[in-house]
Amino acid sequence: MGRRTTADVSPPNAGLLKGLSLTGGLAMVLVLLAFGAVMIGPYGLTTGQVLSALLGQGDQQAQIVVWNIRLPRVGAALLVGAALAAAGASYQALFRNPLVSPDILGVSAGAGLGAVAGIFLSLPVVMIQASAFVGGMVAVGLVTLVGSLVRGTDRTLTLVLLGVVVGALAGAATSLLKVMADPYDQLPAITFWLLGSLASITTRDIVPALPVVLIGLIPLALLRWRINVLSLGDEEARALGIEAGRTRLIVIASATLITASVTALAGVVGWVGLVIPHIARMLVGPGFGRLLPASAMIGAGYLLVVDTLARTIAAVEVPLGVLTAVIGAPFFVWLLARGRRGWL
Amino acid sequence: MLEAQDLSIGYGKSPIGTGLNLQVREGEILCLLGPNGCGKTTLFRTLLGLLPALSGSVLLGGRPITAQTRAEIARAIAYVPQAHAPPFPFEALEVVLMGRTARLGAFAQPGKTDRAVAEDAMRHLGIHDLAHRDYSQLSGGQRQLVLIARALAQEATLIVMDEPTASLDFGNQAQVLARIGALAQIKGTASHGVILSTHDPDQAFALNARVLLMHRGGVLAEGPATEVLTEANLTTVYGLPITVESTLSGRKVCLPRLATDTSATMMPDAMTSP
Repeated sequence: MGRRTTADVSPPNAGLLKGLSLTGGLAMVLVLLAFGAVMIGPYGLTTGQVLSALLGQGDQQAQIVVWNIRLPRVGAALLVGAALAAAGASYQALFRNPLVSPDILGVSAGAGLGAVAGIFLSLPVVMIQASAFVGGMVAVGLVTLVGSLVRGTDRTLTLVLLGVVVGALAGAATSLLKVMADPYDQLPAITFWLLGSLASITTRDIVPALPVVLIGLIPLALLRWRINVLSLGDEEARALGIEAGRTRLIVIASATLITASVTALAGVVGWVGLVIPHIARMLVGPGFGRLLPASAMIGAGYLLVVDTLARTIAAVEVPLGVLTAVIGAPFFVWLLARGRRGWL
Repeated sequence: MLEAQDLSIGYGKSPIGTGLNLQVREGEILCLLGPNGCGKTTLFRTLLGLLPALSGSVLLGGRPITAQTRAEIARAIAYVPQAHAPPFPFEALEVVLMGRTARLGAFAQPGKTDRAVAEDAMRHLGIHDLAHRDYSQLSGGQRQLVLIARALAQEATLIVMDEPTASLDFGNQAQVLARIGALAQIKGTASHGVILSTHDPDQAFALNARVLLMHRGGVLAEGPATEVLTEANLTTVYGLPITVESTLSGRKVCLPRLATDTSATMMPDAMTSP
């Protein structure tokens, strides 16, 4: 890890400068990736075509492709990736476990059930989003509530196991709804949604999700120092002067809000929240003030690449959740094999 | 400073300890001694306001601790847990900086002043060279010193330490102990009051501390080490014959008799976890 080579006392601004240049570098990579993603697709575009379309000039068809098809999709991929990675980084710090992710705690399963119920009841898109959020919230609420009632055991292990339990329960309910759903109209929508996809995304879908994600990110950014302290555990955090219970609740609510809103947008996209914070931590260290923006940016870039692959590698769209799992699972195994600490 | 009056401690409804009275002032070291399961950790948690007292009261700076916010308490008492490994590779300096939390606004990050205080605390303990090392990769003794530096950075006048030498090797134990002794001896405003628990009565002698000897959830004796740590008291508490001898240099040491034929078996309360 590069940051450890600065063991000699460096001027206090060196870290800040390094952080800024890293942020700048990541932002530049993101812009390039986004530009590339706009060019790639069944209707290939050249650099010049994209540039003039962005300026509202040139070929009419290229303008439509750029503005109505590629840009909403690129924007959605960036948003979903950033949100999931940011939420994952928060969960990992809060639960003091680098192997925790929104999926493990049941947010995704709960949000999935909520959204499927919404589709089953033929609710409008906004209500499906709300339903997904409530489902995610209830799932994580259940996990933490029951976890706090179980005494005298390993807290982290308890939470992870409860997450599995609640996730399985939500999965069972989801299956029941699938059986009961209209096989011609609702079932394809549900199946598509549960695998995660940005294929049918339009600007109209992104607009409501964006402010919700930002509202969730604000408390995480503001509480960045306290989240560091919370990662020492509740008891120590309280001894250091933090009302741990309240702070923890705010962070869980924010991370769940973020996860639930993008899950409602893109469906269940796993692994991003688990894998990306690790890569970010390797780059900038565990300090949450740097980890949060780094995770968000790397997550955005990662999902953009994955989504671009999803729509280009085959004649049919590959579901997003399938690709993130194919990439994420081996990474998870690699992390376990490295086994630096007694995780879990 | 910190005062406990007729305190009952425990979880739920069953008290682990009752009738506990204690007082600690600046410049004073109070050493808590007692077998496993006698309630030392529970007492600490109660004194820190982390666990509500079953009855009685804890007064911090003359005010009940229950009426104070976590930040107020943290500005007055610092807690040094047993050296632990956090799940993330924080730099040692970052861990020390966490001691500044109670002096920061809810949304604030530690600034230049906080950094300076943290670096001073590390320098004071002679571990400034560890500042940018990965805390989770340090040795147990180094970690313990980092946690003590964090308590110093907290700028609280009282420091509570839970078995600060428990996981350390022989050399590190002596080193950490010397640092603890020095904390209380600094004259003037920087003088700390220290409460520590230990399993080693010799440490109470070495620190010339006041001792609170706990036995079966109560206080068996309290006072200067030389008065409290008598052969009779130690034998009662630990359930096997212990002799107290003076070394050539005049320091006292406690020696349990390691005879295998004694009827002294392990006390049931020595088996229970804290």
